[in-house]
Amino acid sequence: MRTSRFTIAVYLAPAILVMAAACLYPVLKAFELSGYKWDMGTAASSAKCVGFDNFIAAFSNPQVWSSLSTTLLFAAVCVSAEMVLGIALALALERQVRGMAVFRTIFILPMMIAPIAVGLAWRYMFDAQFGLINALLGVVGIAPKTWLADPTLAFVAIVIADIWQWTPFVFIMMLAALAGVDRSVLEASRIDGARMWHEIFLVKLPMVMHVIAITLVMRLIDAFRVLEVVYVLTFGGPGNSTEILALHVYKTAFIGQQIGVAAAVSILLLVVVAVLSWAALRLSNPMKDSA
Amino acid sequence: MKRSIAAASLHYAVLIFLALLCVMPIVVIFATSLRQQVQIFAEPLNFLFMPTLENYRAVLQEDKLDRYLFNSLFVGVVSTVITLVLGCMAAYGLARFRFKGRTTIAYTTLLLRTVPLAVLAIPVFVIWNNWNLVNSLWGLVLLYVAVNLPFTIWLLYGFVLQVPIELEEAAAIDGCGPFRVFTLVFLPLIAPGLAAASIFTFRIAWNEFILALVLTDRHTRTLPVAASLFITDMGVDWGKVMAMGSLIAIPPLIFTFVAARQIIGGLTAGAVKG
Repeated sequence: MRTSRFTIAVYLAPAILVMAAACLYPVLKAFELSGYKWDMGTAASSAKCVGFDNFIAAFSNPQVWSSLSTTLLFAAVCVSAEMVLGIALALALERQVRGMAVFRTIFILPMMIAPIAVGLAWRYMFDAQFGLINALLGVVGIAPKTWLADPTLAFVAIVIADIWQWTPFVFIMMLAALAGVDRSVLEASRIDGARMWHEIFLVKLPMVMHVIAITLVMRLIDAFRVLEVVYVLTFGGPGNSTEILALHVYKTAFIGQQIGVAAAVSILLLVVVAVLSWAALRLSNPMKDSA
Repeated sequence: MKRSIAAASLHYAVLIFLALLCVMPIVVIFATSLRQQVQIFAEPLNFLFMPTLENYRAVLQEDKLDRYLFNSLFVGVVSTVITLVLGCMAAYGLARFRFKGRTTIAYTTLLLRTVPLAVLAIPVFVIWNNWNLVNSLWGLVLLYVAVNLPFTIWLLYGFVLQVPIELEEAAAIDGCGPFRVFTLVFLPLIAPGLAAASIFTFRIAWNEFILALVLTDRHTRTLPVAASLFITDMGVDWGKVMAMGSLIAIPPLIFTFVAARQIIGGLTAGAVKG
């Protein structure tokens, strides 16, 4: 269709202007800020250009490294648990049964509710004295644990909350993918004598491999972006045992008041997520020209 | 036959168990909001208690929650409307027109979708200060429109492609101008997409916490920020916090039960075809 430049601009300019001003420009500004030494609350004119000093300071700070390893461990543990659980459950429960629509509705609730509310609920349930989890453990004879006061258990707590919130996502994606598998292929494999395990690992999973890959990358991206649930549940503590990178950035900027250093660390986070997003686009680009 | 009944029962048993796991924390929020503080500390496993609305009365009257409720609704509704209008125009433009720079725009949009909000928080705080947008609800609206547009455009793009261009051409031949083709022919056809997009946008704006925390004050706070401030080192008034948690959770709960199909369609769009 031949269309005048003016028409194209009318349709596209408003959205592009807003995204450029309030999303792209701030991202570029983060790069600029990372080159300055600037304390929160002081005048912008007092900011001093320091080149790459903030990056050097960030990378020589053991807290940044511990935060980075916490984040990587968090993402690795959560995402692999969610993928395995979600795929296994989808394979076990893919058969269409009556009332599945109701169950699917219930399963998406954890990811629809505000992360803040999710964090509150888990913080309350993990409470050492009156929390539901210790009470339930008590029923089966396990001594109460100080979940959020112990570095290891606090990490376990944020992992459990994330698994609770996001396993349903993998499950729903896999159900949709498995529903699209051609039944005649499965019948053919059965006639050829495939057993259940053969069918799963040699037929079904390879056929939905593409969706598995996209789901995995989407989960990884989100695992690196997590902030709010951890903010409410542990605020990075005790010590900095659960201080994931996003929370470290927030604390450095708005509690430590060091804008430049925080911006430098935030760029590390941005790069990780950008690489993953690029991979996601390579796997599935919904706006390809040929479309 | 017997075996299939056993298999079906097991199937449902697993589904029900999973459903219980999913709703448990949500039930905890609502149940706790209806209890008195003394009971909360005394008996965590006692679910038979006299419900009280005292916590709701307290947060609405003593803690200015009505104000924050209004702020959250305002920001949620206004940014959803603006995002939808701009988003569906842009999706239409990207899907229907071929022009120089289209690929660049599409790719940049898709990459902006995943920028971590913690990365945005710092520069946005600096820029909004320069633009006098801090502590203003409109400042928050502008930001939420910008962070929601990439996903909205991406989601609606798929719906635009499903509308046969012949329909629009036929309307044009019948004498409709481009604007009337867009509003009278095209928009009704992508209504399901608009519904899904509006739910996702409203949900993000309504639930969002970290940017609202950084950009608002006593008057312009949204509900999630107000709720987070109830957690102090001195202890937590769980009844009140959970009353706020319930208020925050109610709109997404309603949307989910009304439009689960559209939401699942939006979640799986792109990755799963069909």
